[in-house]
Amino acid sequence: MEKLSGGDMLIRALADEGVETVFGYPGGAALHIYDAIFRQDRVKHILVRHEQAATHAADGYARSTGKTGVVLVTSGPGATNAITGIATAYMDSIPMVVISGQVVSDKIGEDAFQETDMVGISRPIVKHSFLVKDQRDIPSIVKKAFYIASTGRPGPVVIDIPKDVTNPVDKFDYEYPSKIKIRSYTPAAKGHAGQIKKAVQLLMSARRPVIYAGGGVVQGNASSQLTELAQILDFPVTNTLMGLGAYPGTDRQFLGMLGMHGTVEANTAMHHADVILAVGARFDDRVTNTPSKFCPAAKIIHIDIDPASISKTISADVPIVGSVESVLDDMLGLVKGGDERPDAGAIKDWWKQIDQWRDRYSIIRKPNFVAEDMIKPQEVVKVLFEVTNGDAYVCSDVGQHQMFSAQYYLFDKPRRWINSGGLGTMGFGLPAAMGVQMAHRDAQVVCVTGEGSIQMCIQELSTCTQYHLPVKIICINNQALGMVKQWQDMQYGGRHSESLYEESLPDFIKLMEAYGHVGMKVTKRDELKAKLEECFAMKDKTVFMDIYVDPKEHVYPMQVPPPNGSMRDMWLSKTERT
Amino acid sequence: MRRRIISLLMENEPGALSRVVGLFSQRGYNIESLTVAPTEDSTLSRLTLTTIGDDHKIEQITKHLNRLVDVVKLVDLTEGAHIERELMLIKVRASGAQRAEIKRCVDIFRGQIVDVTASVYTIQVTGASDKLDAFFQAVGEASIIEVVRTGVSGIGRGEKVLSL
Repeated sequence: MEKLSGGDMLIRALADEGVETVFGYPGGAALHIYDAIFRQDRVKHILVRHEQAATHAADGYARSTGKTGVVLVTSGPGATNAITGIATAYMDSIPMVVISGQVVSDKIGEDAFQETDMVGISRPIVKHSFLVKDQRDIPSIVKKAFYIASTGRPGPVVIDIPKDVTNPVDKFDYEYPSKIKIRSYTPAAKGHAGQIKKAVQLLMSARRPVIYAGGGVVQGNASSQLTELAQILDFPVTNTLMGLGAYPGTDRQFLGMLGMHGTVEANTAMHHADVILAVGARFDDRVTNTPSKFCPAAKIIHIDIDPASISKTISADVPIVGSVESVLDDMLGLVKGGDERPDAGAIKDWWKQIDQWRDRYSIIRKPNFVAEDMIKPQEVVKVLFEVTNGDAYVCSDVGQHQMFSAQYYLFDKPRRWINSGGLGTMGFGLPAAMGVQMAHRDAQVVCVTGEGSIQMCIQELSTCTQYHLPVKIICINNQALGMVKQWQDMQYGGRHSESLYEESLPDFIKLMEAYGHVGMKVTKRDELKAKLEECFAMKDKTVFMDIYVDPKEHVYPMQVPPPNGSMRDMWLSKTERT
Repeated sequence: MRRRIISLLMENEPGALSRVVGLFSQRGYNIESLTVAPTEDSTLSRLTLTTIGDDHKIEQITKHLNRLVDVVKLVDLTEGAHIERELMLIKVRASGAQRAEIKRCVDIFRGQIVDVTASVYTIQVTGASDKLDAFFQAVGEASIIEVVRTGVSGIGRGEKVLSL
């Protein structure tokens, strides 16, 4: 058997696990590991400019491929800088393995240089964590970490490795386990047959059904099953912010996103529904609005791989624990195998009602902005959709631009919409886009951002230079922290406390040029499309489009907040309500 | 709102306990008492905790505990017939006529005096938590000098077992 040092074992184990790309940043406690990386060529390392970006890049890589993202950082500040990205991945259930260097074993607890209790500090935001104490455990711990991160409800796993454990001198037998069993960890697989039968019966009795699909459908690779089921039954579908792309966005049966900034037709249909099929969604507070007023007439079927997500905020009438893919397969089997179908007349009437709401309110049919004076942020997303043929990977930052993208970029495929939905991490967009571009070298990868978010990880422009990542950065520049300002307008009497930068924004064009990229400024509507086309024609360049938009624009529709608002209570504009 | 006794088997590994305890603080649940020790199988620890909550909250607690990778198996003992025990060591002032009075009280509660000085008794009492509470009342708060309670331990009645 081959003998390897701890550091070599770690990198070999990653390679044997099938890892191609690691995002990281070296430092003292990780130097043995970095030396092991230098001496091999199976695992490629991407050097970011800040550890937060390493986690977001690995996250974008994972979201766009379905593979586990891998991060390597050093101890202390390296580890703490990674925390925001780990929390981001945890909230959105993204498979990720984070390897952090640690001070040598006998210095742990002595407040050594660059020491921090990584296992402790990350505990509430990881699925699991390991502190490696012995070189011989490295292969099995790596195997376990990937198994835990990628199965069940996915999530980040931390492996903290003291420096002495990776030393190049001591060598041990290396063998990578082909399989691993953890007695205390058995992720749910198939759903309960009786519950699935009950669910199908309930679907067949539905007169006003809605399918409410979330990120679990994307993560669980069940989009085709979901689409097939919805189309056989002719049921309307709404996706959560995390679920966009799970059902084709341009299809007739798609009602748009639901929730706080969802469409009126999606939220109103949910409110009036008699049966809701919730698939891989978790009834987030940004979806349900006031829980006591949530969908008063609805019987709820809830499919989720995580039992703890079921009946957490809204109680389910037919709970089904299992992987969405397998449960939907079983449901499809029953539906296709039987003759029973929902009452066609009732479903037809339901669509008639929905179409009335659409005629009146749909922002897809009739955009809710007026294309005059300054460019409107919504317009930018609409034109972006046209120019990219609706087929780009869109990585978003957080704020108004994120909501406009979710509303107006209609995703027909899963894993194309990459955003920090749960944690809402500003600074996510650019590094996530780098991770996506690493995984899909020839694809159109867009980072939709604002002049606020982009400055939270703007140092990564340098990483784009080093690795020739031709990400297209669409900066919807409204000269303010737009979402903060919107809430201040709506709820704080227009007092814009610390949401304006005055005259402090950098000249982004010059900044891009300093990094060797291309910067383009757009201020006029009639040049928007041509400039965007020009941007995307530069296939091998990182391009930053600084697009000046109307700073007064708010995101609508917007639900009336709790404790008064139900799903259907929404602001349509600054003056109109449903 | 009911008091529940949740008992679980978890991997006897560093960090496992902090994950269980951390779950309670991070999700805003309450721990009233907690006991933990290795079992006859040294790779497993048995942890028993008492908490208070409505059915919804308890369901969430058990689901989240089950989700922890270190937790192997779990039972809510209060869902069925069970035996609950807690051990208390209590130091009381005992001099003059009080000595006989306290001794009688200890006998009634089937406790034991495990250490004696001229003015102090150290008493051991075992039982369900409410029995220990009742002993407090009987002895009288004024004479109590120090109290140590182990927290609740429990086991299901009859054939029911929590094992692998």
